[in-house]
Amino acid sequence: MTGRFFDLTNGKASRRTILKGLAAGAGLAAAPGFVRYAQAQSSAPMRIGFQAHRTGIGAAYGRWYERTTAAAVKAINAAGGINGRPIEVVIEDDGTDAARGAEVVAKLATQHKVDIVYGTLFSNVVVGSAPTAGELKIPYYVVSEGYHVASGKLNRYVFQPGITDVRAQVTSVAPWIAANAGKKITMIFPDYAFGYDHRDYLPPALQKAGAEVVAKIAIPPTESSFTKYFPQIPSDTDAIYHVMVGPAVLTFVKELGDFYGSSGPKLFGFIDSLEAVDINSPGLEYLDGSHFWEGSPRYAQADDTEAQKAYRAAVDIDDNGAAVADAKDVSTAAHMFGCWETLYVIKKAMEDAGYKGPEDRAKLVEATEALTEFAEGPEHPQGKKVFNGKIHQCFGTQNISKLEGGKLKVVHKTAIEDGMYEPEADYTKQSL
Amino acid sequence: MTEASTARVYGLHAAVVAVLFALNFLLPDYHHGLFARILVLATFAMGYNLLFGYAGLLSLGHAMFFAAGLYGSGLAITYLGFGVPAAFIAGLVCGALLALVVGLLALRTSGVAFMIVTMMFAQALLLTIVYFNQWTGGDQGLVLQQASRIVTIGNASVDLTVPTVRYVAALVLFAVVLFATLAIVRSRFGRVLVAIRENEERTRMLGYDTFANKLAAIVLSGVFCAAAGAAYALLFGYVGSNFASVQYSILPLLWVLAGGAATTLGPLIGTLFIYYVTDIASSYTSAWLLIVGVALILLVLFAPKGILGAVRKRWIRWLP
Amino acid sequence: MAFGPHLLLATLEGLVTAAVLALTALGLSLVFGVMRIVNVAHGEFFMLGAVLAWAVATALGTHPALGFVAALIVAPLVVGSVALLSERLVLRRLNYDPEATIVATIGLLYIIQQLALSFYGPEARPVTPPFSYRVLLPWFGYSGYKLSVIAASALLLIATWLVLTRTKIGLVMRATQYDREMAQAFAIPVERVYAGVFALGAMLAATAAVLIVPISQAHYLMGQDPLLLSFIVVIIGGLGSLRGTVVAALLIGLSDGIISMFFSPTLAKLIATLAVAMVLVFRPQGLFGTTAR
Repeated sequence: MTGRFFDLTNGKASRRTILKGLAAGAGLAAAPGFVRYAQAQSSAPMRIGFQAHRTGIGAAYGRWYERTTAAAVKAINAAGGINGRPIEVVIEDDGTDAARGAEVVAKLATQHKVDIVYGTLFSNVVVGSAPTAGELKIPYYVVSEGYHVASGKLNRYVFQPGITDVRAQVTSVAPWIAANAGKKITMIFPDYAFGYDHRDYLPPALQKAGAEVVAKIAIPPTESSFTKYFPQIPSDTDAIYHVMVGPAVLTFVKELGDFYGSSGPKLFGFIDSLEAVDINSPGLEYLDGSHFWEGSPRYAQADDTEAQKAYRAAVDIDDNGAAVADAKDVSTAAHMFGCWETLYVIKKAMEDAGYKGPEDRAKLVEATEALTEFAEGPEHPQGKKVFNGKIHQCFGTQNISKLEGGKLKVVHKTAIEDGMYEPEADYTKQSL
Repeated sequence: MTEASTARVYGLHAAVVAVLFALNFLLPDYHHGLFARILVLATFAMGYNLLFGYAGLLSLGHAMFFAAGLYGSGLAITYLGFGVPAAFIAGLVCGALLALVVGLLALRTSGVAFMIVTMMFAQALLLTIVYFNQWTGGDQGLVLQQASRIVTIGNASVDLTVPTVRYVAALVLFAVVLFATLAIVRSRFGRVLVAIRENEERTRMLGYDTFANKLAAIVLSGVFCAAAGAAYALLFGYVGSNFASVQYSILPLLWVLAGGAATTLGPLIGTLFIYYVTDIASSYTSAWLLIVGVALILLVLFAPKGILGAVRKRWIRWLP
Repeated sequence: MAFGPHLLLATLEGLVTAAVLALTALGLSLVFGVMRIVNVAHGEFFMLGAVLAWAVATALGTHPALGFVAALIVAPLVVGSVALLSERLVLRRLNYDPEATIVATIGLLYIIQQLALSFYGPEARPVTPPFSYRVLLPWFGYSGYKLSVIAASALLLIATWLVLTRTKIGLVMRATQYDREMAQAFAIPVERVYAGVFALGAMLAATAAVLIVPISQAHYLMGQDPLLLSFIVVIIGGLGSLRGTVVAALLIGLSDGIISMFFSPTLAKLIATLAVAMVLVFRPQGLFGTTAR
């Protein structure tokens, strides 16, 4: 049963796993009937269902989410688990697909009989899976950074307690952009997913800080060349605010470099584009000297806390944010810390609720909603968080880093309050 | 067709529906939920099969009809406050209108050109959905809240989010489209479609208006697919642009070919086959795509006309 | 930016798109035209070419130009062998049945994608261009390498055209395309022609990918768009017409570039898609196709 549980190697299927899977798959396809899974026993471990992006467009992120989860589970189990029970993680691949995501939530809940579901990143998968989690009344802890949870559009069973949402992120970095990058900003963002959160919440935040968005260029899905859109960037633009995700980002930067040479506007980007990408890749030279948002710094910083150092060691990344074993295998450091922290939130909530089994899920939801603050420390190495139980969303500090000499150096940390906004929803009013 | 063969054919289909109904009480939770989805998607595949299997028109754009039903009902609930039955009908109407327009334009072409034109229209619909993301939610899509998915008739209310209700609703949809397909393919209209598939020129010479027949086939196919899309939105509460992507145009083709094109039950068998190979493979290895790929190749090597195509050829010749 | 320079930029971009598209579509056009099968895995051969280019360039680790040239030789050869193998093992046994081939090539697509994910990984990886020269125009800068892609693609297209029209191999291929049974009657080894065409089609896709990979990186999901666009180009151009394929690639590339001058990006894509679809609606046989058979 490899693959169902943790594969701590590196997410790559070895030839043996493939052959073994092949043989088993062929045997099963031939035999009618269903696979039976052992029922969870009362003394058995806490079962956490992990909805992972193993295939599809999110696979680069998914791999690091798996590794971080494995590291956090190892640490939690070594320290006695949750309420004395060890955690066991059950992984199912959602293919980064919304429809499959919903099926996976159902599979984890009804077939694997997990206690909770956790770990989703891509916002379309979160939105697609949320109805199923709500109907099955199974708590669903996502690590997605989309504003979808806090917006109130999902339901009472969906939480995002380990990573700040995009609305808060952009709101908190806007004043810095206005003060340091310029007053006239052109936004370039994907015409999908979290691109909408940037489009909707950056302009008002910039306006408040005395700057304005002079053009918004939304790039359609699967576009692979960008030069033809660059003339739409107004010539009086002080700074380009760019957030792109997906494999085309290197093209984007390279073409921007070809287009402007050394005379272009300043750049401010969300590192989302370059997660799992070596910042020193050929073609990225143009980014030198530009600034990035980072949820958690990729490169080790001079003032790293002991907790941050311990976390980096636990997830096996070196000072450059790449896998210790392979310097070319760059992590998704700016997001994956959310997995680590979310698991500790789950542990805290389960212990507060005196969680014993699926019959306590409602109690677990209420216990999670009752949380208000997470102190900085080994369980929350990225920093202190404030949690709003009404909108199921946490708020933390954000980093702005400058790319210099091939490394990202944090130059500004926002305060938690910088990103807070007036909540638009209250999930606690929904029935359980 | 003799009376006996008619009874045998309808008996077989009734038995399949009866078995599926019995499964409502027998299936373990997870498979119960999965079957509900498969029934809806098999309906989508049946709609595809009508046009591809019987009329011989290979479309690579059927995701647009599924999406028309999905968004037609989803947007009507979200923005117009429609109830479930009205929203379902809105989905059907959207599918029918889209199929009519697409049919009028695309039927000027045939063969590979038809395939590409339908693909491009579907792509245009996907881009339209993305372009109007302020309303559609783009690729993130929209969630239909549980409260909006309850049907109230008089004092009684039916909650589509209850697993058994959902299963039965999906089965009713499936059964209606199954028997409708069966009736169509056994009718004069159905036989004209097959004649067009086999030799359009000759069919026209015989005095049939092939254009009108093909247009009718597209519209019916579009309505069946839209019904599946509308049901998907109402039963599972999620509407997203991925359902309009080319992937969801290729999937019904794959389901139909795997189960057996131009067989009434093939779409169901094919959808079940692909779903379960994927599901089982992915619980054994993260490299599940490889297994699905190998399974598909083995399938066509041993049954080039799909599962039921092979069954019909070797054992049950009367299979419709 | 003023209208003139903007138009120039849009045209340049359109030409690059067209160049790559023409080359990728050419491979599909041969397979589609001669064998009459829909090869859904064509895009994966493209992807495999890009991934191999990265692997070769990285393994050599020498000067970028050397790695690039090596990739230009190795990648098409490897991809061609993969295609040959799958033709022998699968497609031939299916007797090129159009429907069974669709399922089989979807299976092939899944297999190639999974192998790329397992052994290459989910990341996008860049290949250093053989040379980097920035052409400086008065209004904007432009990548010199991109311009060279247009030239390289044109050369390859001419070479293919010469092979098709001036050599015996080309004659045999055209004869098979025109009438399979008649070709067989004239002792043309149709099966070997099919195998050769399938491999050649894959090699052209791989070559296009190697040319592109310094501009847009290698990624295991990069195959879908080239596949869809190639299909469109082949059909719009008219099945079996090399000239049509090139003209259609130009039409699609340029309309994509120029329409994007006037509308927001997604709307531009939408309009371009509908416009191209309408071409086919009103000219079903394609631009240079003879009436459908």
